[in-house]
Amino acid sequence: MSLHRFANPARFMRLSAALLPWCSAAAAALIAIGLYLALFVAPPDYQQGEAVRIMFVHVPSAWMASFVYALIAVASAVALIWRHPLADIAAQGAAPLGAGFTLLCLVTGSLWGERMWGTWWVWDARLTSVLVLFFLYLGYLALVNAFDDPGRGARAGAILALVGIVNLPIIKFSVDWWHTLHQPASVFRLGGPTIAAAMLWPLLVMAVGFMLFFFALLMIRMRTTLMAAKIRALRLAEIDRLAAARRPAAAS
Amino acid sequence: MSPFRLLVQRDLRLALRQGGDAAMVVGFFVLATILFPFGVGPEPALLQRIAAGILWVTALLAALLSLERLFQADWEDGSLEALALMPLPLEAQVLAKCLAHWLVTGLPLIVAAPLLGLLLNLDAAGYPALLAGLLLGTPTLSLIGAVGAALSLGARRGGVLLSLLVLPLYIPVLIFGVGAIEASIGGFAARPHLLLLGALLAGALPLSPLAAAAALRQALE
Repeated sequence: MSLHRFANPARFMRLSAALLPWCSAAAAALIAIGLYLALFVAPPDYQQGEAVRIMFVHVPSAWMASFVYALIAVASAVALIWRHPLADIAAQGAAPLGAGFTLLCLVTGSLWGERMWGTWWVWDARLTSVLVLFFLYLGYLALVNAFDDPGRGARAGAILALVGIVNLPIIKFSVDWWHTLHQPASVFRLGGPTIAAAMLWPLLVMAVGFMLFFFALLMIRMRTTLMAAKIRALRLAEIDRLAAARRPAAAS
Repeated sequence: MSPFRLLVQRDLRLALRQGGDAAMVVGFFVLATILFPFGVGPEPALLQRIAAGILWVTALLAALLSLERLFQADWEDGSLEALALMPLPLEAQVLAKCLAHWLVTGLPLIVAAPLLGLLLNLDAAGYPALLAGLLLGTPTLSLIGAVGAALSLGARRGGVLLSLLVLPLYIPVLIFGVGAIEASIGGFAARPHLLLLGALLAGALPLSPLAAAAALRQALE
């Protein structure tokens, strides 16, 4: 099984230490370029005016919200099937980030909606299903942290993540299935994107930047978890050593 | 007698002898519903407008309230471990427990719902859709709830956690349940909504026991 080559935490630490600076720098550069293109180069929309620029944050964070959930689900499946230790760490590390992207998506969408639809919130199918996604993230986080035994929390969370995956297709297709206020898909659709190229490029740059940003944060979180486990193990060993050193003295 | 029926009978007998489960659920359903006229005011027209939503939301919360009991007692006294040794697969056991749970809590809700509909001045055209929707929807609530109940076994603050896990997954049932009533009151066909409720049930029937059994195995490890 070639996957097991990456199962080794020590190899992950080496690999991520090498990748992390590049990933972070590329993320910072792409987001900076993307923001410049989005704020100064891209033309204002003929209907929406300048407010359309919210899209360049809103849409990538919406994509990330779904992508991160899918990643958690895949990592959970790997963790349940192969008991892969890094998969659990990856799923748990990704969850707060995914919740953050979902919140960002909801907040920017709300701001955009206030300008365009004249209301902060409507109970539209896509808005509602993204809100449900946010609660799935919160439920996952609460469940993972609800047990005294972290291993049990991780396994219970993995099952919940797989159950919650049913919501992802609902989010993707909600705008096509129901006639709602939210506009239908304009980038990933059959027959090619309907969005103008001058807007598509900044959007894609931002999306790749968000993706690299996420992976950089995920690597930091996973490395922190692994280091914390190592520090804990070292401390316990130190306590054992001290206790063993004191025992003969107490006996005499 | 098949082990499946045996398990259903055992759970039913336990629920009936201990008593109170069905009464508690219906009591909550009635009380929570009659809070609404106090909250929004007793105008018949307003109540008629929101009756379908009130009935479904309170039914959903009442079903949620009883979920904790689904595996908790068996888990605490160790009988869940004995049950896991039965020749019946754990998935089938979950199904049996859901059936018993639905008979004890779901059916009383369905019986009580039309009476509460009268209190809320629900339009007469809505009753068939209300009953059919609850009949299709409440088993789904028990099945989805079983996953949450199995996952939160032994967790700190299990009750609050359970509602956080289960309520987001209940939303589709709520949408189509209310949709069926609203459609038939408005003179449209309730059939599409009911078919979707049936589809949710058909999906939950095989998938929920799988997930719940996996969660129970984790809890028993």
